Amino acid sequence: MHLASLVDMVESGFDDRVLLGSGDAAVTGRGVGSLVRRGASTLRGVEAVVYAGENHPLLPVALLASACAGVPFVPVNYRLEDAQLNGLIARYPTALVLADDRTVARITAGGKVVRFDDWLATLPEDAPEAEVPSDDDSVAVVLFTSGTTSEPKAALLRHRHLMAYLLGSVEFGSAGEDEAMLVAVPPYHVAGVANMLSNLFAGRRLVYLRAFEPQVWLDTIRGERVTNAMVVPTMLSRIVDVLHGEEANVPSLRTLSYGGARVSERVITEALRAFPDTGFVNAYGLTETASTIAVLGPEDHRAAVESNDPEISRRLSSAGQVLPTVEFEIRDEVIFVRGEQIAGEYATGSLLDADGWFCTNDRGWVDSGGYLFIDGRIDDTIIRGGENIAPAEIETVLLAHEAVADACVVGVPDDEWGQRIVAVVVLREGETVAADELRESVRAELRGSKTPEQIVFRSELPHTETGKVLRRIVLQQLNEENN
Amino acid sequence: MSVMVKPGTRLFSTVCSTEMIAVKASGVVVDVTIGGATPVLAAADRTGSGAVADGHGGGAAMGKRYVDADDTIELLCTKPGEGVPAVAGVLLQLKDAKPMPASD
Repeated sequence: MHLASLVDMVESGFDDRVLLGSGDAAVTGRGVGSLVRRGASTLRGVEAVVYAGENHPLLPVALLASACAGVPFVPVNYRLEDAQLNGLIARYPTALVLADDRTVARITAGGKVVRFDDWLATLPEDAPEAEVPSDDDSVAVVLFTSGTTSEPKAALLRHRHLMAYLLGSVEFGSAGEDEAMLVAVPPYHVAGVANMLSNLFAGRRLVYLRAFEPQVWLDTIRGERVTNAMVVPTMLSRIVDVLHGEEANVPSLRTLSYGGARVSERVITEALRAFPDTGFVNAYGLTETASTIAVLGPEDHRAAVESNDPEISRRLSSAGQVLPTVEFEIRDEVIFVRGEQIAGEYATGSLLDADGWFCTNDRGWVDSGGYLFIDGRIDDTIIRGGENIAPAEIETVLLAHEAVADACVVGVPDDEWGQRIVAVVVLREGETVAADELRESVRAELRGSKTPEQIVFRSELPHTETGKVLRRIVLQQLNEENN
Repeated sequence: MSVMVKPGTRLFSTVCSTEMIAVKASGVVVDVTIGGATPVLAAADRTGSGAVADGHGGGAAMGKRYVDADDTIELLCTKPGEGVPAVAGVLLQLKDAKPMPASD
């Protein structure tokens, strides 16, 4: 099925129900359909629609109008540096770029650049009857992986993948009229895309935070009587921090889901205490799997907290059970998945094997009850606060310092950030340098989020026979010392 | 009377408020009915004023899916109504759905 059908369904099922915004700016299902069709009429023949901006109350209109015009929707990370941002947009030289106020002036690539608000304000009054695309094998959404040393990869999600996810895991119209979803994840994250689609499919009103801030998030839940919310672990950690052990006092919030990275047990335990009447859901999925493929539900959380059985209490840190619509296998500790929603494809080609299996590159294992545990990426990418950081980029800067002989940068578990960056450095004979000077050199060259939190000096690093640093061993040594 | 049904085809009952969308279909012409009458493909063509036929009522429910015995066609109800869907006179069966916790 094609995402254009989602628009038909929303119009049919929720004609008078408010799905976007509130108050004077409320848009019903009928209103969504009208905006989308008028929007689509301006997009026919466009190569792609690039969205470069923060969340916006009408963000789903951009995605669905693109779908109804048969044009790929390409949300990009507006937080990237100018050169990187324009480098991504330049891959679509004639695209229409919809940007927010702050980003619009930074864009030098693409075809036409328009403020999203201006595009909305100048839509034609009526959309002429037009043929609606139905080829569900065409590309619906392109999401960029955050490659830092190599060029970012463009992950392709086709209409059939996204619709398979909706039809397989969400019941159409299952949300009550009073339900509202608070979206805090950015539009260029697969969870942001999934948030839009699955809540419209369920008939749940979408409330957008332009950018995440914990106190604003809490205030918005109270002010908008939000019933559902989704956050990434870094956000959950910051929410718990501002509460200082107090209860969150958000009686409307029924479900809080989190995912996108590993969450520390300390954070989830404190969060469960702060939100005693809210059901927690941990969702595991990848961009390439068109979002969620495993879920740890509210009952599982409750059982884990209440149980004295270590096998059951341990499930609090699991990804839960794999969706019934997704097949999975663990091969040599690595998770493989297969199913209609599994895209497993980049612009450079499909990664699915001949039988349709996709290698997640995540290490994992399953307990006796079928609960999936994720042990991190096979590769060494550091994920700090949801941002993927390639160690090699930081190592390059460190190795450029005259006093440094060898360097290995790793991510060690951190309650707030998921991982924090530690650089293990070997100095040249007779040289000395302060840790702060090295950190400053990284900050000057890269940016704050890539600056190692800690520099550890060593007399040597473990290497393979071919001279590669054994990251795994470095990490193991650090963990042993920290415990 | 038969209609061509493929994934995404919308079916509007002419005898009640029921609206369906095909989520699974093989793209062939089928003798599909809602409430016992052939549905139309666009809301604007809804001019009928008949009644739901005996044995074709009882209510189609929002969000529920209806399938045939061979699993060749699956219709999802996007607007509830009195009439239920059938193919070649045989009522489609309500499909069991196992609800998942809302994850996103």
